[in-house]
Amino acid sequence: MSELLALAEGILEGAGGGHEIEIYLSRGVDTEVQAYQGEVEELTTAASSGIGVRVLRESAGGAQVGTAWAGSLDEDAVQEALREARDNLRYATQDEYVTFARPDGVAAVSLQLTDPSVASTPLKEKIAMAIELERLVRDGDNRIRQVESANYSDYVAEAAIVSTFGVRASYSRSGAFVSVEAIASDSSGDQTGWGLSAGRAPGDLDVAQAASDATRRATRMLGARKPASMKCTAVFDARSAATLLAIIGGSLSGEAVVRGRSFFANRLGEEVAASSFTVLDDPTDPRHFSASVYDGEGLACRRNVLIERGRLSAFVYDSVSARRAGTASTGSAVRGGIAGSPSAGCRALQLVPGELNQAEIFERVANGIYVESLTGVHSGVNPVSGDFSVGVTGMMIRDGELAEPVREITVASTLQRMLLDVEFVGNDVEWLPGHAAGQSLAVSGISVSGV
Amino acid sequence: MPALVEREILEAALAAALERGGEFAEVFVEDRRTSSALLDQRRVEELSSGRDRGAGIRVVVGETTGFAHTADLSEASLVQAARAAAGVARGGGGGVREVRLGPIDEHPSRADLEPGHVDKERKIELLRHADEVARAQGTAISQVQVALGDSTRRFVVANSEGVFAADHQVRTRFNVSCVATGDAGMQTGYRPIAATRGFEVLSSEAVAEAARGAALQAITKLEARPAPSGEFAVVLAGGSGGILFHEACGHGLEADAIMKQASVYAGKVGQLVASPLVTLVDDGTVDGEWGYLAVDDEGRPGARNVLIENGVLTDYMWDYLRARKQGRTSSGNGRRQSYQHLPMVRMTNTYLLEGEDDADGIVASTPYGVYVAQLGGGQVNTATGDFVFGMTSAFLIENGRITAPLRDCNLIGNGPDVLQRVDAVANDFSMMPGTCGKNGQSVPVGCGQATMRLTGVTIGGTAS
Repeated sequence: MSELLALAEGILEGAGGGHEIEIYLSRGVDTEVQAYQGEVEELTTAASSGIGVRVLRESAGGAQVGTAWAGSLDEDAVQEALREARDNLRYATQDEYVTFARPDGVAAVSLQLTDPSVASTPLKEKIAMAIELERLVRDGDNRIRQVESANYSDYVAEAAIVSTFGVRASYSRSGAFVSVEAIASDSSGDQTGWGLSAGRAPGDLDVAQAASDATRRATRMLGARKPASMKCTAVFDARSAATLLAIIGGSLSGEAVVRGRSFFANRLGEEVAASSFTVLDDPTDPRHFSASVYDGEGLACRRNVLIERGRLSAFVYDSVSARRAGTASTGSAVRGGIAGSPSAGCRALQLVPGELNQAEIFERVANGIYVESLTGVHSGVNPVSGDFSVGVTGMMIRDGELAEPVREITVASTLQRMLLDVEFVGNDVEWLPGHAAGQSLAVSGISVSGV
Repeated sequence: MPALVEREILEAALAAALERGGEFAEVFVEDRRTSSALLDQRRVEELSSGRDRGAGIRVVVGETTGFAHTADLSEASLVQAARAAAGVARGGGGGVREVRLGPIDEHPSRADLEPGHVDKERKIELLRHADEVARAQGTAISQVQVALGDSTRRFVVANSEGVFAADHQVRTRFNVSCVATGDAGMQTGYRPIAATRGFEVLSSEAVAEAARGAALQAITKLEARPAPSGEFAVVLAGGSGGILFHEACGHGLEADAIMKQASVYAGKVGQLVASPLVTLVDDGTVDGEWGYLAVDDEGRPGARNVLIENGVLTDYMWDYLRARKQGRTSSGNGRRQSYQHLPMVRMTNTYLLEGEDDADGIVASTPYGVYVAQLGGGQVNTATGDFVFGMTSAFLIENGRITAPLRDCNLIGNGPDVLQRVDAVANDFSMMPGTCGKNGQSVPVGCGQATMRLTGVTIGGTAS
């Protein structure tokens, strides 16, 4: 049994009776290095821990829940959180659907998501990676004028969830990342490009690949212009497609559906996307950096098929949203750290790969726009109405090949329309940090706004 | 109120931070209490309370900053964190350096009604009141979510150069989000109230007005048509349009981007960078506004800084570290999300001074364009100046009149370019609260401006 799980059980036992109680503990160690001009600019090493408490009272009129949290595992912080949660409970509306997760008999998969080398790798090797990353970008191409930051970061995080309903779960995960932002410059002005490499441990990282990715993205945008407005097919690169998939995933949350905040509501079984489009949420696939054994309520994570060959087949649920919808949890509770209560969400999204690689997709599309970065996603996408409008940089596709770079434009449609207008799903899957993997994705009927 | 941590402990931590040759050391101790209440689908779903307390210590040696933080405020723990932060120093040269702190510069809370003194029942009443007002606006309202949050943030910051200051920041926030359902699908409306004040800002009237605004916005948008695609004249209503300046130039005027030559505004002090109608100010001293601060998170007093005056770039925004390299003083813009984060250059309340035009007159003199009643968030690439921001409530302007509502979309532009395109500024100044994200840290900011017009901006809609 992990030490953190033992601690959680001790808190639960000492919490006293009268209520159902759920204890969520988290603990983590982080390292961040930022290199600049061959030196360490910033170095942060930190350990943090915290507790989230939920208490529940069931009565004939329905259940009430109260929550509290503290950024410390000190005895007095824990006691204060328990006291506050109990007090908060008194004000909640009685609700027949409110509950905590009950063990559902689904066995957790066994995954090794923590690499001990994150902790054992000497700090100086991590620093050396950040400095090397910066050097490779600066020296790699004489059009690179500046490297705004070159970063190495890693973490080891663990969590434990126990409840008076019999939930008893603990899990841990590690991650390591390098990322770099390059500024390329010529007589036409400045352009930027961002590169990254991600893994579970420092040894997984490909510093040279991150450097060349940033350099390539920045330099090939040099001379970018704002084109005339048009309607065409857009090919999203893996990173921007992953961002799109994460947005779609938000609307596939059963919680958004039961709250009347998803454009997928009441459409189960319908054709919502092109037949080439199959969406899975599978945290048990260890290729996802966000893979997990347990969900945010301590139920086993599982593979859920949400859109199958274009047909809306399922939503993801936590315990409460599932009850409201008259179904069972899909093991999809997510929580935003100690301060966040569980809600239903996708954790590890992917599209079933298609047949074509990126070059083959360009060939089929012949003419359109290649989207290499998205901006304003939080302000320009409305997941309730489905309205979609984001800023992009990228390149024109002409006669099946990449042509001139373009910038200061938006691409727009609606999420509903875009799903139906998917033309090709690439086979070039990239596993990325965040909650979705990505691959090239071609969508027709996109409005491009320029001059 | 008792001190967060004893002066002697701060002095001991600073001494430990400098013992390996650090040139500068700082201890930031924070104690934050937050509470929130959420009403959704007419149910009070959750009251939550939180407490976060700890210290962040940084040590600067040459060009390098070391940083460590701890949730344990004992002397032993602070000294240990100080030594961890000092680990970036290459050793030698240090020795014993005594740090003696002078009198503290301490600022009281600006709240008349502290969040901790408000009965939770009263909070619930306000949530329900907002819900009822929103639903009363029309049967099309299908979903109402109301959230109330408050935070009480006390901090003390001390550094090896003798800065020793404390602030007590109380912030209160109330959001109403509505969904309206019609034949053509669902639309959303949103209104925030947010102030660096106590519970007194949440009068029944203020809450009702926010609820009405959010509901009517959603209902109006049910009739919305797709926004146009291409370049048009844009009239920004007073208030949320200030985010344009936050994105289009504010971030590019932060000294960290400037010093790395990663901003289109680097090297342009004294030059004409905007229309002469543009005078842009960042001002931490606007009492009660969301970005108000008595002292910043480095202990420097909040200040009113003119960034662009009549179109001429006058200065950038500075934190301690960037100012130190330039041999000048900080402008009071050193901010951090929490003790777990390093401070960096951040905006406070950023606004465009009002002009002399009449707001209705600006619309009347626009033959065709887009009227933006409310902007959502935005994003900028400081190196290229390209920015986007989202319209959450917008209308067509046809023949000098505001006509059809438009569906949500982004505007896109380039900072230096759009600053030249300001051709009218009215006299109806107002401000809006927002949350600014930078390098993974979020801080509360205010934005403001009067109704104004831009001669041509790309609207990212779908209608040709």
